[in-house]
Amino acid sequence: TTRSPCGTLETKGMFGAEFRRFSLERTKPGKFEEFYGLLQHVHKIPNVEVLVGYIDIHGDLLPINNDDNYHKAVSTANPLLRIFIQRKEDADYSAFGTDTMTRKKNVLSNVLRPDNHKKKPHIVISMPRDFRPVSSIIDVDILPETHRRVRLYKYGTDKPLGFYIRDGSSVRVTPHGLEKVPGIFISRLVPGGLAQSTGLLAVNDEVLEVNGIEVSGKSLDQVTDMMIANSRNLIITVRPANQRNNVVRNSRTSGSSGQSTDTSLPGYTPHTVQNFHPEEDDSDEDDIIIEDNGEPQQIPKAVPTSESLESLTQIELLHDSTQNGFIPFSEVNLCHSAGNVSMEYEIHDPDKKSLEDGAIITL
Amino acid sequence: MRRFLRHGHDPVRERLKRDLFQFNKTVEHGFPHQPSALGYSPFLHLMAIGTRSGAIKLYGAPGVEFMGLHEENNTVMQIHFIPGQCQLVTLLDDNSLHLWSLKQRSGASELQEEQRFTLRGPPGSPPSATQITVVLPHSSREVLYLGTESGNVFVVELPSFRLLEDRTITSEAVLQRVPEDYRNRRSFELVEALREHPRNPGHILIGYSRGLIVLWDLHNKRVSRHFLGSQQLENLFWQKDGHQIISCHYDGSYAQWPVSNDDRQLEPLESKVPYGPFPCKAISKIYWQTTKNGPPYIIFQGGMPRASYGDRHSISVVHGSQQIAFDFTSRVIDFFVVCNADPAAEFDDPSAMVVLAEEELVVIDLKSAGWPAVHPPYLASLHCSAITCSHHVSNIPLKLWERVISAGSKQNSHYSDMPWPIDGGTNLAPDPPQRDLLLTGHEDGTVRFWDASGVCLRLLYKLSTVRVFLTDADPNDNMNPLGEDEWPPLRKVGSFDPYSDDPRLGIQKIYLCKYSGYLTVAGTAGQILVMELNDEESEHVVDHAEADLLQDQEGYKWKGHERLKARDEPVRFEPGFQPFVLVQCQPPAVVTSLALHSEWKLVAFGTSHGFGLFDHQQKRLVFVKCTLHPSDQLALEGPLSRVKSLKKSLRQSFRRIRRSRVSSRKRRVQEANSKFDQDALQEMELAPIQRKIEARSAEDSFTGFVRTLYFADTFLRDSSRHCPSLWAGTNGGTVYAFCLRVPPAERRMDEPVRAEQAKEIQLMHRAPVVGILVLDGHGTPLPEPLEVAHDLSKSPDMQGSHQLLVVSEEQFKVFTLPKVSSKLKLKLTALEGCRVRKVTVANFGSCKTEDYSENNLAILTNLGDIQIISLPFLKLQIRYPCIRKEDVSGIASCVFTKYGQGFYLISPSEFERFSLSTKWLVEPRCVVDTQEITGNNYLHNKSGMEKATRKSRVIALSYGERNSRRIHVGHGLSNGGGK
Repeated sequence: TTRSPCGTLETKGMFGAEFRRFSLERTKPGKFEEFYGLLQHVHKIPNVEVLVGYIDIHGDLLPINNDDNYHKAVSTANPLLRIFIQRKEDADYSAFGTDTMTRKKNVLSNVLRPDNHKKKPHIVISMPRDFRPVSSIIDVDILPETHRRVRLYKYGTDKPLGFYIRDGSSVRVTPHGLEKVPGIFISRLVPGGLAQSTGLLAVNDEVLEVNGIEVSGKSLDQVTDMMIANSRNLIITVRPANQRNNVVRNSRTSGSSGQSTDTSLPGYTPHTVQNFHPEEDDSDEDDIIIEDNGEPQQIPKAVPTSESLESLTQIELLHDSTQNGFIPFSEVNLCHSAGNVSMEYEIHDPDKKSLEDGAIITL
Repeated sequence: MRRFLRHGHDPVRERLKRDLFQFNKTVEHGFPHQPSALGYSPFLHLMAIGTRSGAIKLYGAPGVEFMGLHEENNTVMQIHFIPGQCQLVTLLDDNSLHLWSLKQRSGASELQEEQRFTLRGPPGSPPSATQITVVLPHSSREVLYLGTESGNVFVVELPSFRLLEDRTITSEAVLQRVPEDYRNRRSFELVEALREHPRNPGHILIGYSRGLIVLWDLHNKRVSRHFLGSQQLENLFWQKDGHQIISCHYDGSYAQWPVSNDDRQLEPLESKVPYGPFPCKAISKIYWQTTKNGPPYIIFQGGMPRASYGDRHSISVVHGSQQIAFDFTSRVIDFFVVCNADPAAEFDDPSAMVVLAEEELVVIDLKSAGWPAVHPPYLASLHCSAITCSHHVSNIPLKLWERVISAGSKQNSHYSDMPWPIDGGTNLAPDPPQRDLLLTGHEDGTVRFWDASGVCLRLLYKLSTVRVFLTDADPNDNMNPLGEDEWPPLRKVGSFDPYSDDPRLGIQKIYLCKYSGYLTVAGTAGQILVMELNDEESEHVVDHAEADLLQDQEGYKWKGHERLKARDEPVRFEPGFQPFVLVQCQPPAVVTSLALHSEWKLVAFGTSHGFGLFDHQQKRLVFVKCTLHPSDQLALEGPLSRVKSLKKSLRQSFRRIRRSRVSSRKRRVQEANSKFDQDALQEMELAPIQRKIEARSAEDSFTGFVRTLYFADTFLRDSSRHCPSLWAGTNGGTVYAFCLRVPPAERRMDEPVRAEQAKEIQLMHRAPVVGILVLDGHGTPLPEPLEVAHDLSKSPDMQGSHQLLVVSEEQFKVFTLPKVSSKLKLKLTALEGCRVRKVTVANFGSCKTEDYSENNLAILTNLGDIQIISLPFLKLQIRYPCIRKEDVSGIASCVFTKYGQGFYLISPSEFERFSLSTKWLVEPRCVVDTQEITGNNYLHNKSGMEKATRKSRVIALSYGERNSRRIHVGHGLSNGGGK
């Protein structure tokens, strides 16, 4: 550990259970590659591929993998720059960029347990500011490649959803040949809005479903009402106007999604959103009650009785457990319980692991 | 996970659902929109009205109604009954003829279209050659004579509509023996009138537009008499004895022509311009009705002096020295005279005149002195003043019913007591199962009470709130009282008056307590009136109070209308509902919700700014609550700013239309220039309809708008003690609950009513709250105030825990009470994309099991669908499409009854009645039978109701458990005249 005068930055690196302290020039941090080399050197892991992350001022674990986010990390660290290093093959991508208010403990525990195997994601998002849970692409393995299911997290952000829809027509392949059918399209994205900032929706994308309900046959006003009614947890399935950026499924994904054979195109049922969790659907359940002019409180769920319909949705689920669409498949249509769902993070029994692997959807 | 997948198919429940629910549109009440033709059968005593949308409606004795619709939806131009048959022929504006029949099936008559026919000329002939102008069904029932624009009269056989070409009466044949000089003046003439000789069916009278009238001998196919008129002809009429014909003309004259032995009549016997000498408008139709003792009745339409009265819609009746020009409120479509229909009778002896005007039906009693109007039992003009709201009260106690009728009869004293003259057919429908009132609020500040128990919607009583206020137009000052010697002798008849003196008087909300006779109505300018029923006339000062809903919101200026000025001096009120207290909201925004608790003597009201509670016993404001979001400028400023934005959007859309029009014109002009073409296209694409997708926020406009108010005696604070409470729901998804302390009856006047806010629930989805309901321990909705006290409902279960049902536009949620925890919900918008527009609790009885009934929610969505949702488990039971989703005013006007029926406006003047219940169904069932009809049944055979053989149909008339207790009602009404 080196004490440094001002202008240098105290840095604490952690790899597995080992800590290293060193210091950096705050004003001249250098390039990411140099920093990466330095870490390998300091931790004495010269030939190990690692992922580097840091804890930002909000307490979020954000990645360092290019010059930009490296500089951001150095410039914002105060007073200490905490670095987490993981072996690349062990890396838990889901730990990154999440809302640490609820997740902190899990983040650390996951990172600290290198034996918690996770698959590599295909898209490495690099800019730190993108690591807020604003949107995600879900159900890639069960949708046709030409479709994209996008989830917008209005919850927790004050950004407007920021898009408009319009009537239009699209061409469908039917048994009778090509047919022009009416459809609903995204007509405008508001600059700075949630929809635009995610980059997952674009003007002229055709809207196919809203939270698992097909929009065909519904009027523009109906679809508008459905979207607004679901606005706190909006899942839109679109056929992107630009089909070049589609996620292409390949052998690697099919290995990880054990269900891909029976959810492939012919068996594709539009009415099931695989990653559609009733308890999250109930994020709008957060009605507030103020009793006797007191403090506002969230309305609790009534204790479910045996005949209650709601018993299936009586789950106090940790919000973090379903981030980014990581959810064990086996859970999807079952009755959730808090213990079950967080299993992904809590249980690290090597025997169980292999069983789970086949049931995890990976982006 | 998906609720609609979960409750799959329970066969027992499915069967029960079939016994409970059934959707029927049963009858249309009110006055047909845009009537275009009138027909009458003196033989059947039935009247037929055709409309511009192709509907025909037949009316006879009260309860006898039939409806038909032409597929083409074209305007019905003429309706003619076939003499002596249950058949009629209609002519549409596409020149097609349609034959309709009343056919009996399983004991009741049905109106069916049998044949259709379009008259076609030889190929290449102009369309005018076969354009039908007049239709004459011959008394032989075998043929129709069709006068055309070409001047030819074609003959078609009935019922086949086969054209009998050899019998065509060509204009050439008619003109053969007309003097040369007379014929030369007439190049082209259309047939204006066809009339059969009253005594000799072998002769028909043909009138041509330029004035020529001939009597045509059907057997010899030649003209037997010529009447060489020189005035442009409008219509013809035979005197009953066949000795004289009357012609009426475009210049406002009518002429009598003798039918003598002379082959040629050059001049009329007498010609008269009744409203001359200055130029007059045409007389378009005339009746000459003989009487046994005295001069004839001459009845004609039009003929008013062109310059000064040319705009009047008049029909004049002249009888000896008596003459009245009835002045109608809207254009006269047609009229007929009810008289002795017996062809053998010597005289006509007219008894009544029936006039179809564009907006109402007026019947004049010609037998009684002064020719008073007859109060129609149906075809009421609902839109006399535009309907602004409606309220339905089921199962009215007899006592209240009688008092309302008695108050109404005093208002209707100017009507004739003649029995309804159109009395054909027999009503077979069972007596209405209960007495129902439909109350309509109107733009002019009136509330009309309709008997909605049966097929005929009848006005019982009209209440006006205008007297309470000082308005510009004093209702008492008569604008132009007619002097004795006024000429023409005009007399205004009819009640259609669409012009409101002051739009602030408009009625927006109504609530009637059928047990106590308390009525509260609220209006456009924030006025709330509480009234009670008093059988005596009264003169008193209406107490008044102000409710400042903005309270501490400072610095905002209300830019809407001013509040109404209340009269400070005593006001005279006629017997009926008399206001005793007026509350005026400040700012005077439209009242958006209203609730009355007649037992606690409290009235709650809400506007876009907040809500308040008023104690009408002590006449004291209990509290007000401002619900306004401070940033909600729109709601604060009032309706004007909305107008502005509407104007703006209108301007924009006009601009868009103009742009696209310009561009399309451009395209036409410069078709070769593809660049322009593209520009135009692009421009069109720039302006598609788009919808913004945004979550609702607390800052949205009109979140404070109070949508619903509800009184309940429930467990608000703790589960051991229940207390009175007031619930309010806003547009922004907030529910407020106030705990009320109402002093016991003996100290009711001494202690104040207190209120304290106990809960505030903010629904996260922030959708407007449209309904609040408390369910008792059994999951049954709490009864209405006084319902239990009058022994008409079981006491609510206060042992089990109560539940709160909040209905927002988007979803239904059940919460536990007193601790508010969410228990159940049903999402509507998120799954189906529709929103709740109307919601009510309705009791559905089983048509199979006498004493089974259950409470469900009936809702109407913005797409016009009706859904029934079970209580308390919120399961969708059934869904019916009811109203077109484009029919916004229809959806907005819908009102449900407590027993699964409903009403909505299909036009400004008509309610469609529908039923969701298998058990409570009010629909016409009647029979028209030719056998029963004798030649001289013109005497009013009472109402068909009485002679009806009551073949009650399979509607079970038992009322179920709750209802059977209601039969011994009546005395329940506390005499509320204590002023």
